[in-house]
Amino acid sequence: MTGSVTAFAARWARALEGTSYVTLSSREVVELLTHLGGRLSDALVTDPFDPAVGHEVAAELVRAHFTGSAAVERTVEVVAALPADLGREDRETQHRLHRLQGALASGYAESLRDLTLREQESLQRAALAARSAAELALRESEARFRAIFAGAAIAISVGDTDGRILTVNQALVDLLGYPDEEISGHRVDEFVHPDDGPAVVDEMYRQMMGDSRGRARVQARFLRRDGEVVWAQLVVSLVRDDDGEPVYVVAMGEDVSERHELQARLEHQAHHDPLTGLPNRLLLFERLADVYRGPDEQDRVGMCLVDLDGIGMVNDALDREMGDRVLVAAADRLSAVLERPADLLARLGGDEFAVLVPQPSGVEPVVEIAERVAAAFAEPLAVAGHLFSVGASVGVVERPVLCPQPAPNSGGPSTVPDGAMLPEAAADLLRAADISMQWAKAEREGGWAVYDADRHAREVTRSALAAMLPGALGRGEFVVDYQPLIRLSDGTLHGAEALVRWRHPRHGLLDPARFIGLAEETGAIMDLGRMVLEQACAEASRWQPDGGDGADGDGTGSDVRGPVLVSVNVSARQLVDARLVPHVFEVLAASGLPPQCLQLEITESAVVGSGPVPTEALRRLAAAGVRIAVDDFGTGYSNLTYLRTLPVHELKLAGAFVQGLRHGGSPDTVDERVVATLVSLAHTLGLRVTAEEVETPFQAERLRAVGCDFGQGWFFAAPGPAADVNPRTAARAPLLRQRRARR
Amino acid sequence: MQRPTWVPADVDLDRPSVARIYDYYLGGAHNFAVDRAVGEQAIRIVPELPDVLRANRAFLRRAVRFMMARGIRQFLDLGSGIPTVGNVHEVAHAVDPRATVVYVDHDAVAVAHSRSLLDSTATAAAVQADLTDPDLVLKHTEVEDLLDFDRPVGILLVAVLHFVPDAQDPGEVIRSYRRRMAPGSMLALSHGIHQDDDASRRMHALYSRSTCPLTARSKAQVEDLLDGFDVVEPGVVDVALWRNDEEAQHATRSLAVAAVGRRP
Repeated sequence: MTGSVTAFAARWARALEGTSYVTLSSREVVELLTHLGGRLSDALVTDPFDPAVGHEVAAELVRAHFTGSAAVERTVEVVAALPADLGREDRETQHRLHRLQGALASGYAESLRDLTLREQESLQRAALAARSAAELALRESEARFRAIFAGAAIAISVGDTDGRILTVNQALVDLLGYPDEEISGHRVDEFVHPDDGPAVVDEMYRQMMGDSRGRARVQARFLRRDGEVVWAQLVVSLVRDDDGEPVYVVAMGEDVSERHELQARLEHQAHHDPLTGLPNRLLLFERLADVYRGPDEQDRVGMCLVDLDGIGMVNDALDREMGDRVLVAAADRLSAVLERPADLLARLGGDEFAVLVPQPSGVEPVVEIAERVAAAFAEPLAVAGHLFSVGASVGVVERPVLCPQPAPNSGGPSTVPDGAMLPEAAADLLRAADISMQWAKAEREGGWAVYDADRHAREVTRSALAAMLPGALGRGEFVVDYQPLIRLSDGTLHGAEALVRWRHPRHGLLDPARFIGLAEETGAIMDLGRMVLEQACAEASRWQPDGGDGADGDGTGSDVRGPVLVSVNVSARQLVDARLVPHVFEVLAASGLPPQCLQLEITESAVVGSGPVPTEALRRLAAAGVRIAVDDFGTGYSNLTYLRTLPVHELKLAGAFVQGLRHGGSPDTVDERVVATLVSLAHTLGLRVTAEEVETPFQAERLRAVGCDFGQGWFFAAPGPAADVNPRTAARAPLLRQRRARR
Repeated sequence: MQRPTWVPADVDLDRPSVARIYDYYLGGAHNFAVDRAVGEQAIRIVPELPDVLRANRAFLRRAVRFMMARGIRQFLDLGSGIPTVGNVHEVAHAVDPRATVVYVDHDAVAVAHSRSLLDSTATAAAVQADLTDPDLVLKHTEVEDLLDFDRPVGILLVAVLHFVPDAQDPGEVIRSYRRRMAPGSMLALSHGIHQDDDASRRMHALYSRSTCPLTARSKAQVEDLLDGFDVVEPGVVDVALWRNDEEAQHATRSLAVAAVGRRP
């Protein structure tokens, strides 16, 4: 029987192969089927017959996962051969076989149904569990999100794409000061500050549409329920649905009012003077730079620079605090002067203020401001029971913004103090205002002056010349020319006036008028004067008929009679310098020129001016034989009788008298009689007279007629090099001209 | 695509699930009508499918026994699906009850089912994760608790990589795991192979409705996936033939191949 069961099991295994997915190996399957085959065989032959074995075998098969529908069919088939295997093909065994087959089929169906139901149930449970887990996770994540949303320190709102607010969190409620229900359902722009309103919303949408993540970052002002303004930094994002359509707008905001106020305060501090509260120089410079940013042809700009005098004295006399209080009062008074809101008053520092006048209609309104400023300080300032007199000097400049004139004295850096960079033209405007303020101050306290470019140019040249003067002496840039003095009675050479010129490398040949004053101011006049004196004396010594070089008077002809004079100008400043007299004596000794051949020309003002009269020096010079002439006589206030008390030998009549002698007029005019009277009076006092600026033969003739001793001027000869004057070397041209006149 | 961990995955029972279709092929009842409908259609396209998948389960069993014989006692079953009979832990525990197993699947229902099954088993666990994100998989508490990557580990990728499209670079996914595997670790892999074009196209279209579209590859591509592993004998072969000395050898027309590689 064992052998037959083994064969049966092998057949059964083959029949079941491929019907189901089982995890047992082939050997394990055969083992299982051998066991089950044995139970079926036993059931067929054992009394009492128990058909339940069929149920149990079917359950075992299903447990081993022979679950394919073919498995039961094949099993029923294979089992049919079992009675034959056992050699028991009687009716009873056949009957039992049929009942076993039935039990197998029903047991199989039952077990499979159980298994299916179990598996379906476990799957349903798993699906339910998965779903609950997911829902729990979703609820948890929602709860987390809720907690984040509700508890966030940052204000959050969710709105639709039309700008309607759907939900907000507590932080936003706190930010706006409205209860939730007065925010939700309303539009965003109802809360935006009216000044920011549409612009901010537009900007937000523009950024969101342009951003790949649909995000915008804006700063906007909101109006709280209590009317307060709150600044918020917002990050706004567009939330899109699965199809990419925008559905929500999420805004997160932070109250940055404090930061903003601080910024504004710092900004204000940076641009304002803490003492007076006025804009400071930085703000002025920024505004000034704005004026010069892309100006139009017709744009103009005006500037008043105000310097207050007298504050320093308050500081010194009382104390700094009082000085500050006066300054504040003065600033208030200045502020009151301004009428146009566009005009900017700034404190530049110390006692200096500026008014920037954009787009003035001309210089008049700017001058008007200057006048009002000056007038405002006519009355003293009352501070703490004291009265303080404060004067204001105002420099005024007004010009087109596109200023065509090159900035005088420019080329320097356009960086003004505080490191602010100004366009060169703006920096020049400030300089011009400062220069005119200095003029105003120099003229009189409490006045104003308008900038004049020509005047400034002159002053610039003048100061440049003053600076170059000492060096020019060393470099031999000064040359001495000579202009003959002619004896009117016979046209012979009386002498020559030494005239110093500056052969300036840039400005060319400069007349004494351009630099003598400068030389006097800077003190260079002593060196310059000595140099001229040395050259003139050395030269004149060569002119004398029995001159120092030993040559005799051959060829001097009838034009020279006796010693030839050299006349040298001496300035007032030189006259009062103790070194002058020793200088003269040293130079005379060195050149060998007889003192009688040297004439010193002094100005009227030097002897009758307000300064000390150098009588002693003149006396010593005259005593040594040096001749003294008063230059430009008739232009000052000297009188002849006063001159009597001084050692003066000669008068040089100012050109104005000679110009009165005009050809074609009556020979006996008032002018001629004045000249005649002067000459006569001088002669009475023992003085000889030289007429300057003789330019016509008529003038020369009339001067001779009234008894004037000598003449000098273009009619006779222009100033020229020494060689033209030296009687030994000179061409005769000038003198020939004179002779023609005498004809 | 990385989703924040606090946003749960969707449980959508109206879409066919690869794991439940697989169960249907194996004669299980852990499936819904939508799954059976897709399964029936797939069988009409490729009638051998149930055989192929049974062969896959058999390969899984043999591969686990092979690894156990090589001393490996910890397993990571990636894409484990619905737990049916002959699971990795059953096979492993038959040899050594101390062996540890972690099942990984992205199907929430499959994982929930696995969990209910493993409730009383301390040495096995199931986690829901996307196997294409190795960092996230290996960071799971269950993985960290049960598996020690400093020692050899057996990683199973059975009938699952053909659900990873090229866009997700399965080669790089395997390289990421390989970098974490200690020397002596092993990888068991089976993969669906290109059939005739029409069948491939129809299968692809069919599975595109499921939670995972299908990407069949060539045998050479499968060999490339094993780059960096020492492939054990007999190499990449028909899934039914791999070291099969105990069962009836039904070749699958090479509809799927399988191999085991050793991390040197």
